[in-house]
Amino acid sequence: MPISAKNDPMNIVVCAKQIPDPAEPGALDPQTKTLKRDGKLILDESDMYGVEMALQLAEAAGGGEVTLVSMAPDNKVDGLRSGLAMGAAKAVLVSDPALAGTDALGTAKVLAAAIGKVEGAQLVLTATESSDGYTGTVPEQVAAILGMPSITFAKSIEVRDGTVYVKRQTDAGYDEVECPLPCVVSVTAGVVEPRYPSFKGIMAAKSKPLDQLTLADAGIDAGSVGWAGGGQEIVGIEEAPAREAGEIFEDDGSGVDKIVAYLENLKIV
Amino acid sequence: MTLSKIWVYAEATDGNVSNTTLELLTKARELASTVEAVFGGDGASVAATLGEYGATTVHATGDLGGVLQGVPVAAAIAAAVAGGAAPDAILFGTSYDGRDVAGRLSVALDRTVITNNVDLEEDGGALVCTEPVFGGATLVRTKFTGGGPNIVLVRPKSFAAEPAGGAPATVEALAVPDTGAAGAARVTNRFVEERSGPSLDDAAIVVSGGRGLGESDKFQMVEDLAKLLGAAPGASRAIVDAGWVPYSYQVGQTGKVVKPTVYIAAGISGATQHMVGMKGSKNIIAVNKDAEAPIFGVADLGIIGDVHKVLPKLIEALKARG
Ligand SMILES: Cc1cc2nc3c(=O)[nH]c(=O)nc-3n(C[C@H](O)[C@H](O)[C@H](O)COP(=O)(O)OP(=O)(O)OC[C@H]3O[C@@H](n4cnc5c(N)ncnc54)[C@H](O)[C@@H]3O)c2cc1C
Ligand SMILES: Nc1ncnc2c1ncn2[C@@H]1O[C@H](COP(=O)(O)O)[C@@H](O)[C@H]1O
Repeated sequence: MPISAKNDPMNIVVCAKQIPDPAEPGALDPQTKTLKRDGKLILDESDMYGVEMALQLAEAAGGGEVTLVSMAPDNKVDGLRSGLAMGAAKAVLVSDPALAGTDALGTAKVLAAAIGKVEGAQLVLTATESSDGYTGTVPEQVAAILGMPSITFAKSIEVRDGTVYVKRQTDAGYDEVECPLPCVVSVTAGVVEPRYPSFKGIMAAKSKPLDQLTLADAGIDAGSVGWAGGGQEIVGIEEAPAREAGEIFEDDGSGVDKIVAYLENLKIV
Repeated sequence: MTLSKIWVYAEATDGNVSNTTLELLTKARELASTVEAVFGGDGASVAATLGEYGATTVHATGDLGGVLQGVPVAAAIAAAVAGGAAPDAILFGTSYDGRDVAGRLSVALDRTVITNNVDLEEDGGALVCTEPVFGGATLVRTKFTGGGPNIVLVRPKSFAAEPAGGAPATVEALAVPDTGAAGAARVTNRFVEERSGPSLDDAAIVVSGGRGLGESDKFQMVEDLAKLLGAAPGASRAIVDAGWVPYSYQVGQTGKVVKPTVYIAAGISGATQHMVGMKGSKNIIAVNKDAEAPIFGVADLGIIGDVHKVLPKLIEALKARG
């Protein structure tokens, strides 16, 4: 049997979360008890690996489109533009006031509906966890809603002849896992080196198609998401008990003695 | 008041039940009158240990033939729940498979999952979960309001594991329904990354290195120091991502949670995601050249200095003591 050097062109969807800049200190809104998200939103660094992986896989397949899918408040698109500048072809954003307070399951319902609008999506990539929410459950929930198989914690991905081959992180090392397409795969940080958008890429991103959907457009009942759909209630926010302040010394050459004395005191040396 | 029944999702490698599973069973005994386990594998191989930690029954799927746990185990639990076996809550450890099963199950039951918890309590018949945010500086308590079973993900090392001296758990078959194409992801090979010395999970002392070491070769200082102290070497994600050390070394939110007697952080800034993995250590020693590094905020002993000076001298001093 002849072995084809190239795969068939493959359309790939990347879930791209837009989050407040992690460099800025986070805060909880005392009213809604959720993370404040009023400033500019950027593309979650964790999802840059997914975007890069998708671009490389599409290229290896000899073509196919990379589409970004996102749910964010206030029709925020800056993060999506970053992904488009890296090379994604188009983006779909779901934004709706009724989404405030949506939990991971509700998020997955929205993302799955948006993914359903992307023609011929063979592979869906996500990060293993977002930088601000880090529930780490959205990828499996999206896969379950789409009725697709999934492989989480990928540290490498290859696609050959309609099957995806993944090295999946484990406690001991990694497992080799395979699965026929279509499939959802969550990627770990470091799986590939995300490219910096070129100036040309940034300019081109401004005119790439970016579909903005409301909940109704996405075909989702507002009662199944948001605060109402959640099934959980925050009953308390407290400061964690602080650690007692330690002793900090400038190393004037005696730093080592201080460490040794500390360990001696604990009877470790 | 207690809950009437809790299930704990049990995980094991080659018949060795994970510490997190034992921690969850221990906590579940405190919260509910009946504690049972769910296992995606051969129940007989784990029944004794699970029973010793308080599970009276283990609902086991039998060998899954390499299929990833998420799809079949969630489908099996959902079918059992539909059949009237619903517990009040199902506890999962924040692990690779734990998240997969919990996520799949949440869709099957259309129930929320409360994640990243470090404490659980029962309040008026409802389960209340505590999650640390902002690197552990703030604790958020969340209560389930919808119907059960409540799906809960708990971070490793949140509770101490204590045996209850129970008899081996009774093994009951947990039928896996046909999952069609969704259940097609299959493990074909397993690889173990070699590491020497005690494991991060069990070590009384952990010595971790970060980007401040400067280059990959310098991690040897961390390995040497760890060896001298009988410690496990660990790492920040920055140097795992850079490929200096394998992922199994990573301490933090997406790595291991450690709570040793002594944690030594060398050239680690103390990002919130690193701190959630080590803040529970009894004694923390930090060496960092930047006096403003956040790691000093949790250090019991902080040395503002260069790791390339302090670590070699420390290694010499410990060697001299023999
Ligand atoms: C979703 C998500 C999950 C994450 N999970 C984890 C996780 O599980 N674990 C984790 O560790 N990180 C995690 N991170 C990454 C985390 O945010 C930090 O980027 C990472 O911990 C930084 O590693 P570092 O401290 O080694 O490097 P840096 O932050 O670069 O710090 C290096 C430190 O070394 C000091 N230094 C430099 N030279 C010297 C010298 N010669 N002597 C002494 N000190 C020196 C510097 O002052 C600096 O403080 C996660 C991030 C995200 C977004
Ligand atoms: N609002 C969102 N928009 C787009 N992708 C998301 C969103 N929320 C979660 N994801 C995807 O799911 C991954 C895991 O998120 P989480 O479960 O919140 O940790 C993220 O890294 C994204 O790839």
